[in-house]
Amino acid sequence: MGQGRGMLWQWFAVAVPYAWLLVFFLAPFVIILKISLADPVIAQPPFTPFIDDQNNLAVTLENFRFLLSDRLYLLTYLNSVMMAGVATLLCLLLGFPMAYGIARSSPVQRNLLLLLVVLPFWISFLLRVYAWMGLLNNHGVINNVLMWLGVIDQPIQILYTNIAIYIGLVYSYLPFMILPLYASLERLDLDLLDAAQDLGATPRQAFWDVTWPLARPGVIAGCLLVFIPATGEYVIPFLLGGPESLMIGRVLFDEFFVNKDWPLASAVAIILLLLIVVPIVLLQRFQSAEDDGART
Amino acid sequence: MGNQTATNKQLTEQPWLDSTAQPFIVIENVSKHFGDFVAVNNVNLNIYKGELFSILGASGCGKTTLLRMLAGFETPTSGRILIDGIDVTDVPPYWRPVNMMFQSYAIFPHMTVFENVAYGLRKEGVQPAEIEKRVADMLELVQLGGYGKRKPTQLSGGERQRVALARALVKRPKVLLLDEPLAALDKKLREHTQFELMNIQDELGITFVVVTHDQEEAMILSSRIAVMKQGGFIQVGMPKEVYEYPGSRYVADFIGTVNLLEAKIESKDGDQIVAAAPEMANHVRAYTDLQLEVGDSVCIAIRPEKIYISQNEPDNDDDDRVAGVIEDFGYFGNLSLYRVRLESGRIIQVSAQNRRRSVERFLEWDDKVFLSWRVRSAVVLTA
Repeated sequence: MGQGRGMLWQWFAVAVPYAWLLVFFLAPFVIILKISLADPVIAQPPFTPFIDDQNNLAVTLENFRFLLSDRLYLLTYLNSVMMAGVATLLCLLLGFPMAYGIARSSPVQRNLLLLLVVLPFWISFLLRVYAWMGLLNNHGVINNVLMWLGVIDQPIQILYTNIAIYIGLVYSYLPFMILPLYASLERLDLDLLDAAQDLGATPRQAFWDVTWPLARPGVIAGCLLVFIPATGEYVIPFLLGGPESLMIGRVLFDEFFVNKDWPLASAVAIILLLLIVVPIVLLQRFQSAEDDGART
Repeated sequence: MGNQTATNKQLTEQPWLDSTAQPFIVIENVSKHFGDFVAVNNVNLNIYKGELFSILGASGCGKTTLLRMLAGFETPTSGRILIDGIDVTDVPPYWRPVNMMFQSYAIFPHMTVFENVAYGLRKEGVQPAEIEKRVADMLELVQLGGYGKRKPTQLSGGERQRVALARALVKRPKVLLLDEPLAALDKKLREHTQFELMNIQDELGITFVVVTHDQEEAMILSSRIAVMKQGGFIQVGMPKEVYEYPGSRYVADFIGTVNLLEAKIESKDGDQIVAAAPEMANHVRAYTDLQLEVGDSVCIAIRPEKIYISQNEPDNDDDDRVAGVIEDFGYFGNLSLYRVRLESGRIIQVSAQNRRRSVERFLEWDDKVFLSWRVRSAVVLTA
């Protein structure tokens, strides 16, 4: 009886999140996939139905063909992936020493430092990005301070450039890098580093032989948590970026709400999804294959 | 024990008795401070080649800090450390001819057994073919032949311990440091491993320095023991010396079990004293080299296994004796432990071998018994 009840709870606990994903992720995805295979029309809704008047399946790959043949779209994808990639790398370079420092500090300090890392989440993301506009613009805090210090004699253009986007991305996603890195570094047994040195490794070698491989799950998790949302980021390039900074999130928004080309916008979204999901699946395959290889 | 009577054989086996012997490890006026805390306080020690030396002490006595200074993980605040004639005080751990077996074993979890053992040789730049051979030989020595491809998660506690040992030994260090080497093993495995460690040490002739809080472990393993308390050594000697001739109450009590009796010297004849011990209701005799006067307060220490327990009053007047009542006892198979209450209320611990096979109990609760011991078994302590 008790066991049956436990099983029920277990089933329930698993079923609820899956149901949530099914309703709010898989179903919308199928709808988007369907729209991406339609033609745009000026109507309500603004795309041709899945099954036409003659009861034939009305499917077209025209949107995908168009996207893949248009250099601008390809460049935008490439640019998004590149910018997200650079931002991820910057987050890793900044986040690793921070996570390492937090993991090595005393328990009291550690809690305070972790609190500081998540503190920005207490303020709306949008407000924080707006605050960066105030900091970065030509008469903003940064330019004023630099001019007052005499480092520059006229404002430098930071806002509405790619640099502003990088600043925004790194600032916004750094906690997502630090937290998983911290989790894996905190578990690291310090005796292992001593043992490596005892066996003849310099501190630098001990880092690459022991710390780095053992932190790798945290590195991968952190990189994915930064890279995936950064690739499709809309708010940061929209508010901080200039007209020349092409990121796919903006294109997506423009296709939907400015051009009202729902099928094309849906195709943009589908390709973005594939662009992100396929490498991750391959990475995980590779990872688990490597683990198995090491185990047997 | 005297130097004059030591034979040549004794001098090779016990080089610390030979004033001309060169010590292999010299710890000279070494102190280590952490802020205001003095972990190790001006320690001096010579360890000789091929010794299996134990540093024994309760947790927090500074023994691990001392070991970490030998390994190079900590730098002494003052003093110096020499290994094989070379001052290594400021030499980093990766350049020291010393390897350590960690209490946690510190086996790299992302490497196979082979990679773990080969790690130190790779860092040294040894040729792959030779690494292959030396690792295989070493795994054979610790009875892990064929385990090379396994991951640490697939090993039992005892196997992990051997990997750690193999990894530390494969570099052929001049000194092997062992931090609580047997603490994580269960009792049976411990006993087995103790002897294995001694055999390996014998075979390789490497100097071992063991840190432990377990007096039994230290007794069985060591050529010599240093008992450490509050950052300093309070006694250094062979296990037998430290056990039978403790220099202080602390050592007597820390190593093994002991009955400590407060007493006052009433008369003295050469090296024999007679002391009044109020808890014993009569006088206690003992022999001592200590320079003591009549009226001095001393402590008389008697080990439980040195005391005979019997229901009949012994008629041998050469021994000291006292009467009491069995308050409690424990049967351990090979031996029994008795807690005997004297008239003064003092409890004396006695252990007796169960030589006879008998289902009926020999002694029972509330039995009136006599305890007796040889006068030479009583140790006089002043510290």
